[in-house]
Amino acid sequence: MNMKKIIRHYIMENLLFTEDESVLQDSSSFLDGGIIDSTGVMEIILFIEETFGIKVDDNEMLPANLDSVDNLAAFVQRKQAQAVAA
Amino acid sequence: MCGINGIAALSTQIKISEKDVLSMLPALYHRGPDDSGVYLDPNQRIGLGHTRLSIIDLTGGAQPLHNEDRTVWVTFNGEIFNYVELRKDLIKQGHSFHTHSDTEVIVHAYEQYGDDFVQHLNGQFAIALWDSNKQRLLLVRDRAGILPLFYTRQSDRLLFSSEIKALLPQLPEAPCISPTALDQIFTFWAARSPNTLFEDIFEVSPGHMLVLENGDLRESIYWDWRFPEQGDYHQGSDADLTDQLYDILADATAIRLRADVPVGAYLSGGLDSSALVALIRRHSNAPLKTFSIGFEEQLLDESVFQQQLIEHLGVENSRILCQNSDIAENFPATIFHAETAILRTAPSPMRQLSGLVRDSGYKVVLTGEGADEVLGGYDLFKEAKIRQFWARHPQSEWRPLLLKALYPYLETSGAQAKTYLNNYYRIGLDKPDQPGFSHLTRWFTTSQCKVFFSQELNARLRDNAVNRLTEQLPPAFDNWHSFNRAQYLEAKTLLGDYLLCSQGDRMLMANSVEGRFPFLDHRVIEFANRLNPRLKMRALNEKYLFKQAMKNHLPRQILERHKQPYRAPDIPAFFSADPPDYVKDLLSEEKLRRYGYFDAKKVGFLLKKASSGSSIAYKDNMALVGVLSTQLCHYFFIENFFSTCSRSN
Repeated sequence: MNMKKIIRHYIMENLLFTEDESVLQDSSSFLDGGIIDSTGVMEIILFIEETFGIKVDDNEMLPANLDSVDNLAAFVQRKQAQAVAA
Repeated sequence: MCGINGIAALSTQIKISEKDVLSMLPALYHRGPDDSGVYLDPNQRIGLGHTRLSIIDLTGGAQPLHNEDRTVWVTFNGEIFNYVELRKDLIKQGHSFHTHSDTEVIVHAYEQYGDDFVQHLNGQFAIALWDSNKQRLLLVRDRAGILPLFYTRQSDRLLFSSEIKALLPQLPEAPCISPTALDQIFTFWAARSPNTLFEDIFEVSPGHMLVLENGDLRESIYWDWRFPEQGDYHQGSDADLTDQLYDILADATAIRLRADVPVGAYLSGGLDSSALVALIRRHSNAPLKTFSIGFEEQLLDESVFQQQLIEHLGVENSRILCQNSDIAENFPATIFHAETAILRTAPSPMRQLSGLVRDSGYKVVLTGEGADEVLGGYDLFKEAKIRQFWARHPQSEWRPLLLKALYPYLETSGAQAKTYLNNYYRIGLDKPDQPGFSHLTRWFTTSQCKVFFSQELNARLRDNAVNRLTEQLPPAFDNWHSFNRAQYLEAKTLLGDYLLCSQGDRMLMANSVEGRFPFLDHRVIEFANRLNPRLKMRALNEKYLFKQAMKNHLPRQILERHKQPYRAPDIPAFFSADPPDYVKDLLSEEKLRRYGYFDAKKVGFLLKKASSGSSIAYKDNMALVGVLSTQLCHYFFIENFFSTCSRSN
């Protein structure tokens, strides 16, 4: 399964509690959609850290990195690329 | 405390039978294991029932109780703490007493003052009073909602009782769960008074009196939480007001020690219960037994602080150690006693604790609920203050950082990025004057749990719960300081509708224990309500004046300790090991579909997440407990209605 699909699957099941693909656009903001609160953010961070083997720094906990499927996928790819380059 | 019940005729065609009144009593025996009694009006217009927990005048105070010439009868649950003074006063005015109970002041005060009798009572009470001369019934509930009183109206009878389960034997069929109530529970944590979880079953609201006369039922408000217009606060120096507050609290505590049985106290290790124990010790040097909860989960445990205070004040202490498995095992019984869906497991350990009280040979405990609402303690009040401050400059970067100071107890995997906090607490920031501003973040988070409502349930919802509440606020609300508005909302929603009932009275009475609440003495409330808000929250220092009043009586560590709200584990209580069979059964797809309140597929995903141990979000925990407790209510009170009626028998 590609990365975006894995992320979508996680968000759908664990934050939206549904299999209905139509409820989530890849670009939809989790914050604007009211589907996440301050404790829900921690769950997303734990999920991407454990699933993709990355570490999210404090200063990276930003909507630009975490607030949609697209943003998450792009962020994880960048982090994995950085890890390879290092 | 005790249990009361009764049946009143709504038409002249019907006669009330004693057998019917008696059928309601067994469901109240846990509230009153020491004795029971019934009164039937000679014309059979009404029957009153009572189950007694004997605390004052152990031999003489049987109920239902009457006045001199047996024309006024009362069945009453509670205590009238100023009964000593009232009794003296009424005797001076010519009344004759035949008992030494506090109950008897009620009938004589009614004779003397009519319906205004309630204004003379300092106590906690649910009262059913029958005036046979005027053929009228009064149902009265105390000001803050400490004690319960439910009723339902049939075509020709009015039934009333201390608990809903006592009404069941007189219902022709099982009640239905109200969609409106569920919507309110999943917004405000509780159905809003006078609603209960069930259609057509209501409660007498705190501070209200219902009068039944000539078949008409009329309601009036004799007391409500009121605050002054901005600026119209108590005058006087901080030192004077500190002394006044201390004196009122000391007296409120002293009169709540009046009993013919030993009195203990709950001790959480927080400021409120610590202050209470200190106030008790100032009044009496007699050995004091305190009772505390410890948690297996370290983050929730307050044992260190409890121990500090035990040593400082030289009190005895017994404690329960609450494990996750205890909560899971006890949860069905907790819901049976609460008679409503709830969103946290916090009531469950409270029921365990009252069990310890009972096993220790005690019937009465003093406890610190109400201090946060009355004296300005909740983090929600701080949060509201910060958000008001932030609303003046919504683009400010640093104003919202103050929010980070609020929650040091929250477990995080690292510093919370300010943007996330910003977005959460920004809710409603564009309209800081809207009535529910202080509570919007909590109501918003809680409402997220409604994602689990079934289509069926959603189709039956009519009102927006928050809009409805704001429409029903008193006219003066808009003229109050924003801090006072927050206090009002907290007192009317969380305190009255949830904390005092599901977490308070029901969990105490499940083990035949009476709780007494000095911080909810109406003199304390009325005094504190007229304090300048800056004396309740000075910058972000909560309960400022209260801390000043207690500073010479408590260790510095207790005074300076950051508030740790009482919480119990939610999802971990059920899922840290294999969940109990009842959880698997009631949350199965089949049962969820059959009962019809929740979307079985969505709950399935929630269960999968909970079982995997990855549920951290508040809303997941609230949703799971909310769904499970609703299913339990349906199981007990609807699907097994007839066996619940016989079980109560």
